[in-house]
Amino acid sequence: MKRFLARNAPGYIFLTPWFLGFFLLALGPILASLYLSFTRYDMVSDPRWVGLKNYDYMFTRDRRFWKALNVTFTYVFLSVPARLAMALGVAMLLDKGLRSIGVYRAIFYLPSLLGASIAIAILWRELFEIDGVINGILGLFGIEGIGWISQPSTSLYTLVILAMWQFGSPMLIFLAGLRGIPRDLYEAAEIDGTSKPRQFFRITLPLLAPVIFFNLVLQTIESFKTFSSAFIISNGTGAPADSLLFYTVYLFNEAFKFFRMGYASALAWVLLIIIAFFTAISFLTSKYWVHYENDRD
Amino acid sequence: MAGLSLRNVGKSYGAVSVMKGLTLDIVDGEFLVLVGPSGCGKSTLLRMIAGLEDITDGTITIGDKIVNDLPASKRELAMVFQSYALYPHMSVRKNLAFGLQNMKLPKAEIDARVNEAARVLQIEPLLERKPRQLSGGQKQRVAIGRSIVREPKLFLFDEPLSNLDAELRVQMRVELASLYNKLGTTMIYVTHDQVEAMTTMASRIVVLRKGTIEQVGTPQELYTRPANLFVAGFIGSPKINMFEAKATKGAGGIHISMADFSGFEIKGLERNVDRVTVCIRPEAFVLGAGSVTVEAKIDLVEYLGSEILLHTSLPSGQKVLVQTNGKEKYAMGQSVNFGFEPSDVHIFDHNGDRVPFEHEALEE
Repeated sequence: MKRFLARNAPGYIFLTPWFLGFFLLALGPILASLYLSFTRYDMVSDPRWVGLKNYDYMFTRDRRFWKALNVTFTYVFLSVPARLAMALGVAMLLDKGLRSIGVYRAIFYLPSLLGASIAIAILWRELFEIDGVINGILGLFGIEGIGWISQPSTSLYTLVILAMWQFGSPMLIFLAGLRGIPRDLYEAAEIDGTSKPRQFFRITLPLLAPVIFFNLVLQTIESFKTFSSAFIISNGTGAPADSLLFYTVYLFNEAFKFFRMGYASALAWVLLIIIAFFTAISFLTSKYWVHYENDRD
Repeated sequence: MAGLSLRNVGKSYGAVSVMKGLTLDIVDGEFLVLVGPSGCGKSTLLRMIAGLEDITDGTITIGDKIVNDLPASKRELAMVFQSYALYPHMSVRKNLAFGLQNMKLPKAEIDARVNEAARVLQIEPLLERKPRQLSGGQKQRVAIGRSIVREPKLFLFDEPLSNLDAELRVQMRVELASLYNKLGTTMIYVTHDQVEAMTTMASRIVVLRKGTIEQVGTPQELYTRPANLFVAGFIGSPKINMFEAKATKGAGGIHISMADFSGFEIKGLERNVDRVTVCIRPEAFVLGAGSVTVEAKIDLVEYLGSEILLHTSLPSGQKVLVQTNGKEKYAMGQSVNFGFEPSDVHIFDHNGDRVPFEHEALEE
C-alpha cells in the first residue's frame, strides 16, 4: 500500500479536482435523484419515502406523461432523420471544393451555435406567428396563413423545421467523414461509368456508415433532451393544447413550477432509460449496417 | 482496341501552364511507358487521357473519336490506380462486378466475366474476401482484374507497382507482361522509376520533364542514343558519367580534350561546337585497357555479385563510376587504370542536345 501510494500519489493529486467535480457535481446529484424518485419531496419539508408510487402514478394515471412521451417521440422520429439528411446534403455541397469553404462552413454552423439560445426561439416565434414573417411571405402569393404555432396541428412541425435548420454540428462531422473517403474510389467509379446516384448509394453511404451511426446516436440523445426552444415557444407551458409538451418541459414544470421534486426525479430516470434503450438499439443494430457485413445484392 | 493520338495537348491551372504543346501517337496494341521525375506531368497526362482532368489545349483522339469533351465513362478505357482504389466495403467479387453492373449486362454474363478474370489472375480463392483481408500483391491483382473484366479498348496504369515490395514488384512486372501478351490491348503505363520503365515490356518509352516530352523511343534507343543530357542522366543505372570537355578543330576531325584523360579525336562532328559534355556509361570503361585512359583512386567498392561498381576519383577530383565484372578483387585507396573507346561516348553541346558524329552515322 505504501509503495502503491508512493508511486501513484502525484497522479491522484492531479486527478483530485476532477474526482471532486465528478463525485460532488455529477455522481452525487445522480444518486440523490434516484433516491428522490422514490419519495415525495417539495423542497420545503423532508423527502418522504413512497416506494414505487411515483412510477405507478406515471404509468397508470398520468395522462400528461403519455402526452409528453407522444410529443417527444414524434419530434425525435421526425427531427433526427430530417436534421441528418439536411446535414449530409449541405456537407456534400461543401465537399464539392468550393472556394472560401471556411466562410460557408462558419455561416452554416452559425444556426447551431445560436440554435439553443433563447434569441433563436423568440425569432422562431416571430417567424411563425399569425402575423409573422412566413405568413407575410405567403400573403404576397395570395395564400392566407394560419397561426403555425398557435395551432396544435402544426406547432410541433415548426419545431421540427427549427431542428432541421440546426444542422451545423452533424454537418461538420459529415464533412470530415466525406473528406476521409479517398477520391480514387470516385475516380475509379467514374471511369467505370457509375452514375452519381449509384456512387452516392453504393460508395458514399456505405463508407460513411460509421459517421452516420455516430451522428444518429448523438442526435437522438440530443433530440430527446430538447428543451429551450419548446419551452420558449410554448411560453413554458407546452401549449397549445399540450402539443408542445415536450418531456423535458413537462419535467421542468413538475419540478420547478409545482415543486414535485420526487415525481420529477422519477420522470428524469424514465427519460434516461428511454434514451439508453434507443442508444442500445442503435448499437445492437449497427453491426448489420455499419460495416455492411450482410451486404447483398 | 484502339490507338491514341495527342495533338498539341496543353494543360494550365489559371495562369500556370503545366503542360504545353504535347504531341504523341500511340499505335493500336502498343505498350507505352511514360516516365519522368516527380512533377514532370506524367500522371496528369494519364489522367487527361482518362478524362479525370480536362485539357485546356489541343485534342485527344482515341480510335478515330475526339474525346476532349467525352466523360471518362464514355472513353471505353480502364485505369489501375497506385492506391488500387478498391471499394473497401465490397468483396472481391463485388469489386470486380461493380463496373459490369453499370454496363447493365445480364447477370450470367457478369458472373462469367468475373470468373474468367479471377481465373486468369489466379484470385479465385479470394473472391469472397474483403480488400482489407488481402495482401498488397493480391489487391493489385484485384485492381487489374477490375479493369480487365470491362474489356476496355485502352488500359491505363498509374504507378501500379509502387506500393509493392521489391520482390513482388518484379513478379507483378512479369505477370503484367504476360497479361499484355495475352490481351494485346493498348496500354499506357506511368512510372517514376526508370529501371521499371526499361524492364517492363515497353514498346516505347516517353521521357517527360516539366510537362514536355524529352524523348520518345524504344528502351534500346533511349539507352544507346539519348537525345539530350537529361535523358542520358535519367535513363540507365548505375548513372552515366559526365565530363566537361573542349572541342577544337584537329587534323583529321574534331579534337576533344578533357581534364585527366588523354585527348581523342572524332570524325564528322556536324555542328560547330566548342564546349561540350562527354558522357560515358560506367560499363563502357575497361580496366587496364581502352584507347583513352586514366589513372584513378578507388573511394568505394560496391560488390553486386555478378559485377562490381567502383567509385573512383580522378586526379582533378572528379568522381567516376566504373562497372566491371565481379571476378577481380579491389580495395579502397587502391590505384586503378581504366579507359574507353571514343566510339562509346555520347557528346552533348552546351544546350544539352546530342551531337551526332561519324561513328553513329556508320551504325545506322
